[in-house]
Amino acid sequence: MKCDIVLAGVGGQGILSIATVLGFAALANNLYLKQAETHGMSQRGGEVQSYLRLSDKPVSSDLIPFGKADLILSVEPMESLRYLPYLSPEGWVVTNITAYRNIVNYPEIELIMNEIKKLPRAVAIDAEAIAKEIGNSKSSNMVMLGAATPFIDIAIESIENGIREIFGRKGEEIVNMNLRALHAGRDFAQANR
Amino acid sequence: MTKKLLLGVEAIGQGAIDGGMSGVYAYPGTPSTEITEYIQENEVAIARSLHREWSANEKTAMEAALGMSYAGKRAMVCMKHVGLNVAADPFINAAMTGINGGLIVTVADDPSMHSSQNEQDSRFYGKFAMVPVLEPSNQQEAYDMTRTGFELSEKLGTPVLMRITTRLAHSRAGVILDGKAAPENKLSIPGNPHQFVLLPALARKRYQLLLDNQEKFEQAAEESEYNSLIEGKDHTLGIICCGIAMNYLMENFPNGCPHPILKISQYPLPAKLLKKLEQQVDRLLVIEEGYPLVEEQLKGFFEYGKKISGKLDGTLPRTGELNPDIVAKALNINVFAGYPIPGILVNRPPALCKGCGHHDSFKALSEVMSEYGYGHVFSDIGCYTLGVLSPYNCGNSCVDMGASITMAKGAADAGLFPSVAVIGDSTFTHSGITGLLDAVYEKSNILIMIGDNESTSMTGGQDSSAFGRIESICEGAGVNAEHIHVIEALPKNHEKLVDLIRLELAFDGVSIIIPRRECIQKSARRLSKSKNH
Repeated sequence: MKCDIVLAGVGGQGILSIATVLGFAALANNLYLKQAETHGMSQRGGEVQSYLRLSDKPVSSDLIPFGKADLILSVEPMESLRYLPYLSPEGWVVTNITAYRNIVNYPEIELIMNEIKKLPRAVAIDAEAIAKEIGNSKSSNMVMLGAATPFIDIAIESIENGIREIFGRKGEEIVNMNLRALHAGRDFAQANR
Repeated sequence: MTKKLLLGVEAIGQGAIDGGMSGVYAYPGTPSTEITEYIQENEVAIARSLHREWSANEKTAMEAALGMSYAGKRAMVCMKHVGLNVAADPFINAAMTGINGGLIVTVADDPSMHSSQNEQDSRFYGKFAMVPVLEPSNQQEAYDMTRTGFELSEKLGTPVLMRITTRLAHSRAGVILDGKAAPENKLSIPGNPHQFVLLPALARKRYQLLLDNQEKFEQAAEESEYNSLIEGKDHTLGIICCGIAMNYLMENFPNGCPHPILKISQYPLPAKLLKKLEQQVDRLLVIEEGYPLVEEQLKGFFEYGKKISGKLDGTLPRTGELNPDIVAKALNINVFAGYPIPGILVNRPPALCKGCGHHDSFKALSEVMSEYGYGHVFSDIGCYTLGVLSPYNCGNSCVDMGASITMAKGAADAGLFPSVAVIGDSTFTHSGITGLLDAVYEKSNILIMIGDNESTSMTGGQDSSAFGRIESICEGAGVNAEHIHVIEALPKNHEKLVDLIRLELAFDGVSIIIPRRECIQKSARRLSKSKNH
């Protein structure tokens, strides 16, 4: 098993919560893992990425080489395009469609969606709408993680346990909300892949 | 033994605790900050009351760590690469005094300048000070080398420099932990009462001792378990890999590298191992992150001997961090980008947060300064450096911590008017106060705007040691109280702030305006923390 994931977003969107859950699930499955994060200046609204590498063999590089990522998981549509050189020819893009406009020259959203549609394997998902439907717009990142799970070879139960572990101290209600978000995202991706 | 998912910096923090450290001293700086933060939150560190408060700057941190070592206990000091410039004086001289308790100086370099103003390579400081340098290649080594680093320091009688770079600092991996923290050293005064007295006559003896010790340091590198010669069948090329470069090399050879490799994670350079590699190969490639330190030492001026490739001959780029693709190209391995980046993509530069008080300061300052044309505002290091960008375009310099005040003073000395410094509260505490003393002494005609967000925000909202005392420090430094103003940084105070700036620009002397409002990120964190408890 080997799964190289580029997590993409904008500083402040909290992509690291996704990485933390996956990291926990990977460790519970005795997988090797390396996960490079962005700290510092870019966290002030700049583009941020995390390279998450899971494998049943030891992982050498903290960074993913070009053309080797199995998945780009982006919580923002334009950011999903920034890392395309990393995507393997057989890789998937799973992206949120809600634009994060903190710059004046943000491209027209139609142009971005056209580029995403051109990709042979992409799932575009309205994570905010789905999160709102299940009752908490704050759980959109777990919707995104759920949408990515069909493309990550880790048992869904392990990922559920990761959520229980990470959100456990916030109470059962929050845990259940995030579990529902996870499954809503997963269902969407399975229906729309 | 337990396995824990840790960032490289966290592994160093855990290694220090498990190595019997009694105190960490640091000033926050990306990518080194989380070492100290990890220790601050650690249960063992709390139970043992290990020293873990922030210092005013890297120099005070280094000196305090040396003081703890003098008293026989194990200490670590942490900083980012440019912090070592600030701490260079005590660092170089700590190599002269040697240590009593083990002393590790951990420095995180930032090649590619993700959050820094240069990409200097701290290994040069290690060579300059003539102390051993450790350069772990992965998170596990970062933990192990820190844990055993105090012992190494005590065995060799010297501070050791631990050098990491951004990717190792901020990447997580499973790390196997020792599971128990070694006991702390007992308090003990150095046996030689003159060891730490660098009076010329005594310092000459210490310097000779430092020179005599070099052989011992090199021997330690030859025998280090972190330096190893790895056999390979194809002797047309030998590869020298420093620190994290090893990972990028192995990424390109998942089934094992065909060429012999010398992995280097401890300096001074192990000459015997290097010669052993050189003798068996046709040519050499040096892969190191940062400056070509090893390559320059091996190459020599006239380039006799076998061909050595690396950063100096363009085989590897001279700037920026390494990655597996750059290393692949150096090895003539083809790299294929998966898909092209569409032309519509635009960059997303970092910006001040919505609602940040610095917006209010810059809005007022840029309004007044626009009347004088550009070139009158000296900025400094912190979130507020972003005021340099559109729409405020407020700031014509950002050089090093505290330079806003002193550069504004120098420009005023030259006749520039108006001459304005913009500095944050933590940067002021770090290195602004001494510059202010110069300006007060000479009655320089400058206006200093101290953007006080009650926090060291760019690095995550650490407390600053001058919290709540900025104006009294200014007054204590000799600024006339009539020319020190505190104003809440809020949109409703815009006109008031504009008037204040005009008023103080008209005053011939040092004046201080302190727009104050807590960093909104810090406020938000405090609120969510109180909600969760």
